[in-house]
Amino acid sequence: MIQGSNMAEAHPVGFQWVMEAKARGAKVIHVDPRFTRTSALADQFVPIRVGTDIAFLGGVINHVLQNELDFREYVVAYTNAATILSEDFQDTDDLDGLFSGFDPETRTYDPASWQYADAGQKQEGQGRQQHEEQRETASALQHETHGLNVEGDPPRDPTLQHPRCVYQVLKRHYSRYTPELVERVCGVSQEEFLEVCRAWTEASGRERTTALVYSVGWTQHSVGVQYIRTGAILQLLLGNMGRPGGGIMALRGHASIQGSTDIPTLFNILPGYLPMPNANQHESFQDWIDSVRHPGSKGFWDNAGAYAVNLLKAYWGDAATADNDFCFDYLPRITGDHGTYRTVMDMIDGKVKGYFLLGQNPAVGSAHGRAQRLGMANLDWLVVRDLFEIESATFWKNSPEVETGEIVPEECRTEVFLFPAASHVEKEGTFTQTQRMLQWRTKAVEPPGDARSELWFFYHLGRMVRERLADSTEERDRPLLDLAWDYPLHGEHDEPSAEAVLKEINGYEVATGRPLSSFTEMKDDGSTLGGCWIYTGVYADGVNQAARRKPGREQSYVAPEWGWAWPANRRNLYNRASADPDGNPWSERKRLVWWDPDKGENGEWTGDDVPDFERTKPPTYRPDEGQGGIAAIAGNDPFIMQGDGKGSLFVPQGLIDGPLPTHYEPVESPFRNVLYGQQANPTRKEYDRDDNPMNPSPPELHSDVYPFVFTTSRLTEHHTAGGMSRYLQYLAELQPEMFVEVSPALAAERGLQHGGWCHVVTSRAAIEGRVLVTERLRPLRVDGRTVHTVWLPYHWGSGGFVTGDSANDLLGIALDPNVLIQESKVGTCDVLPGRRPRGRAVLDLVASYKERSGVDVDPGTPIVTVGPDADVHDHRDPVMRKEDGDP
Amino acid sequence: MKPLIGEHSLFGPVDPAAEAGYVDPPARKGFFTDTSVCIGCKACEVACKEWNEIPDDGFSLTGMSYDNTVSLSANTWRHVAFVEQPAAPAAATDGAGTVDLGMPGPPPPTSPEGAQATEELPDFRWLMSSDVCKHCTHAACLDVCPTGSLFRTEFGTVVVQPDICNGCGYCVPACPYGVIERRTGPEGAKNVGIAQKCTLCYDRIGDGQRPACAQACPTESIQYGDVDELRERAKARVEQLHEAGVMDARLYGADPDDGVGGAGAFFLLLDEPEVYGLPPDPVVTTRDLPHMFRRASAAAAALLVGAAVAFAGRRG
Repeated sequence: MIQGSNMAEAHPVGFQWVMEAKARGAKVIHVDPRFTRTSALADQFVPIRVGTDIAFLGGVINHVLQNELDFREYVVAYTNAATILSEDFQDTDDLDGLFSGFDPETRTYDPASWQYADAGQKQEGQGRQQHEEQRETASALQHETHGLNVEGDPPRDPTLQHPRCVYQVLKRHYSRYTPELVERVCGVSQEEFLEVCRAWTEASGRERTTALVYSVGWTQHSVGVQYIRTGAILQLLLGNMGRPGGGIMALRGHASIQGSTDIPTLFNILPGYLPMPNANQHESFQDWIDSVRHPGSKGFWDNAGAYAVNLLKAYWGDAATADNDFCFDYLPRITGDHGTYRTVMDMIDGKVKGYFLLGQNPAVGSAHGRAQRLGMANLDWLVVRDLFEIESATFWKNSPEVETGEIVPEECRTEVFLFPAASHVEKEGTFTQTQRMLQWRTKAVEPPGDARSELWFFYHLGRMVRERLADSTEERDRPLLDLAWDYPLHGEHDEPSAEAVLKEINGYEVATGRPLSSFTEMKDDGSTLGGCWIYTGVYADGVNQAARRKPGREQSYVAPEWGWAWPANRRNLYNRASADPDGNPWSERKRLVWWDPDKGENGEWTGDDVPDFERTKPPTYRPDEGQGGIAAIAGNDPFIMQGDGKGSLFVPQGLIDGPLPTHYEPVESPFRNVLYGQQANPTRKEYDRDDNPMNPSPPELHSDVYPFVFTTSRLTEHHTAGGMSRYLQYLAELQPEMFVEVSPALAAERGLQHGGWCHVVTSRAAIEGRVLVTERLRPLRVDGRTVHTVWLPYHWGSGGFVTGDSANDLLGIALDPNVLIQESKVGTCDVLPGRRPRGRAVLDLVASYKERSGVDVDPGTPIVTVGPDADVHDHRDPVMRKEDGDP
Repeated sequence: MKPLIGEHSLFGPVDPAAEAGYVDPPARKGFFTDTSVCIGCKACEVACKEWNEIPDDGFSLTGMSYDNTVSLSANTWRHVAFVEQPAAPAAATDGAGTVDLGMPGPPPPTSPEGAQATEELPDFRWLMSSDVCKHCTHAACLDVCPTGSLFRTEFGTVVVQPDICNGCGYCVPACPYGVIERRTGPEGAKNVGIAQKCTLCYDRIGDGQRPACAQACPTESIQYGDVDELRERAKARVEQLHEAGVMDARLYGADPDDGVGGAGAFFLLLDEPEVYGLPPDPVVTTRDLPHMFRRASAAAAALLVGAAVAFAGRRG
């Protein structure tokens, strides 16, 4: 199942394995708004309306539950299906699209009523306040990896008959997601939908597994996290998690995006998914640790203290001691939303002085390009490190805003420092790919001229800043001066050793320098250090395990000696679930890890992969009452990072927008939500500002001013914002111009000529492109009327061999509340034939649309559309406005 | 002694390297391009250009689906065709009774009636196929080359030597596939005026390496190897596809008895060759040379005999 992903085009190298599976008889299904090169190679293509995947997958869940097609033994034993929920829980069907605990004032939930029955009394309202803070800091990203916090033993009904058990709640929640409804909401015929249901369920169970692949086609929505949750529920119900050939593959956008989450370039987490300390919540080292390990609760995060101490020791070396809490007070604190979009708004408002861009081109690649460029034009200084002189370095002299006069080159105050960067073949280091596998790259050639690696840049920047401050007696400079900043250097340009950095990330004994083999060796007394606990083992025995390249044909099919995967070189997470509760493989065909009673002293887990379970904990192990930490996980509970050891069909904590995925319309949609009165995600994060207008959607008036749905994505021939492709003639010639794909029907409706020009208008921007009329885009029947989808690639800007308008200029900024990702996969627009107006006239065009749609009066959209506190207000139309005597 | 011109020197099955005079040549090398697994990524086009230092082919959007390099040319030695077509052949017939071959190109003009029909379109198909020089067993380009610039390698492939080519262009119309072309630009590029085409990476395979395109192909759509072995593999793949119900799968250029004596680079196609822009039944343009030579010789002999008889008759 490939959904929300154009795998063949955006991940062509990984797609070879899909083709291999297909050659061995796997059936490949692609669900997507557009027929892509992935669809061309799939056995079945199912066109779907953009932004309705939860309705579609909810329909599949309903099909599974109504027909009892779930893998019942797996579901009862390994998921929380049997767990009984609190009596206070009310579902979206009771509250017209809201869950219990909603506060319309703050648009957040108090999750107290979502808890398991008998879960101890939580103080009313406390949870809501937490949710408000969590939305600001995208802390669901931490919950994702920190797992469910469960205390005590919540009641279960293994017969799944209790009306408040998760299974029955789930069944009721999705009972309205029928094939008829899927057809009405998604525009997918019932026949096609049922064919997908059949294929998915027939290829799941004891003997078979189905893999689910998604990419940013799922994540970049205001309900992005819930899209993935829906997929997770389905894969758990069908017994596809923790088993070979199953699972959910999240394809990352480019090389080492996984790595940049593990060792993050994010404001709210530290390496190994430790939370960034919050000034309001973590006053002491112990507060910080306890917020991760939840003393008394179950699971593997019990050792968080050791992971944190090792990280701080890696940062501050000898200066970090038990007496000073290992320099915990040196860590910066967050106070709220410091995400990339908040920062852009602050740049526009003049609150940000300097900005570093490394391998990123937000002038083209980020949502709301105009806001990005205006923000950068209001800085004191900007550092850009890239392979070419990209748009984010030239916005002050060559950009749409220069054309409209909004940026005047002579007056733009931003000082841009452009540094040439070494490319991936000109430096050494690791990539971490989607399977959490680290692969070492050796340097093939020296970087040309002044181009340098990131490692070189930051090491020497740090060195020079420290030299500058060497004599400082200021307390505030101690964190910098006390850093352990001593890596061996080599070569003509004093390049720091990447292997030395990898060894530090892996961790070692401080006294002897012996590399650690496993994070279980990490101590919380300062005798070991390690920069990222989940990566411990990558340098085991002093060997760079990531550099291993033993060919697959010379080892088992799991290929454990190719590269190294975290944690502990495990290739398949939660693989305890590949065996039944007694520890035997569910089937011989699908065996991966099992309990061998004859191995070791009292039996051991063994198999083709590294078992994701305590090696000697037998399947029969049951914890004593009141036990905490890892010991509280039973021998038949495979999901060891969860507090109850079970896969979560229902999520009582950690998600800001609800415990169960629910279909909401995209923030910009031509359709009213047919399932609930609540139109779109009620808890979404929005920046309600005049410079971030949203096109109106029902129940507001004037959504017809922007009648079409658009979605953006990538082409194989270009790389994201084009910095690595538009400047190379061999790639540029393959897709030489910005184009817009429309169906023949839409072309006829709007008078668009194949090969001619068109322009696309939203309340943010108007951009132009050449028209590609193609049957790969297909109008769909949704809720009784036809909807047209417009597709745009987003690779172009003003630089390189081939130039063009940027599709991301069309987008506004609305974010998923859990992780603050932008809804950049769907919006509404109008399409007109011919080229867009030039100069200031393009602003007039956008303004005329805003006036017609009432967006100029109120740039925001109503968020709560149900109940007495609904803030729906009709945008006033121009006629009414005249009568009102408005100017 | 081996005759200078053998029975199959210009037509029919033959081992081209041995025929060209190599003693104990290595196994004939070639490509099997399996278009059923091509994902249209164009990595082959780019890898080819990188390795062979071929200039770009210009920056213009053609509107021919995702094909912006249009065809094989002096500056494009691997070319990926994109064919958008409805899968059901019934839908491919227009009112005039002609058959839509799905040739790359802009779709027919849109009309409101046509627009209505799109909502109930049958399954849609998007074919992708990476084309290349066929390295024919009987290569007309080589046969007509007056300078010996085009030559048969020990691997049975056909390669241009740019330092010998005089740019006469005889090879260009000789190729039954329209592969070879003289480079006309861009300005400053090397080998302008010289005939250009795929060398099957002669400078790589001699070193035991795979051609750049095959190396770059992520799905093994382009397979490089011994032609005999590739033909077996291709046959097995067709059978596998037929068993899977893909009855349109067929080989193109794999038959040693075809018009070019079998191509060193052959293809698995999912539709008629014309659909991909390939000639359906190519014949080496020099096939009839021996026949023509014999005819011409006979005529000359007859003329001579006639003249002799005439003189003899007069004397008599």
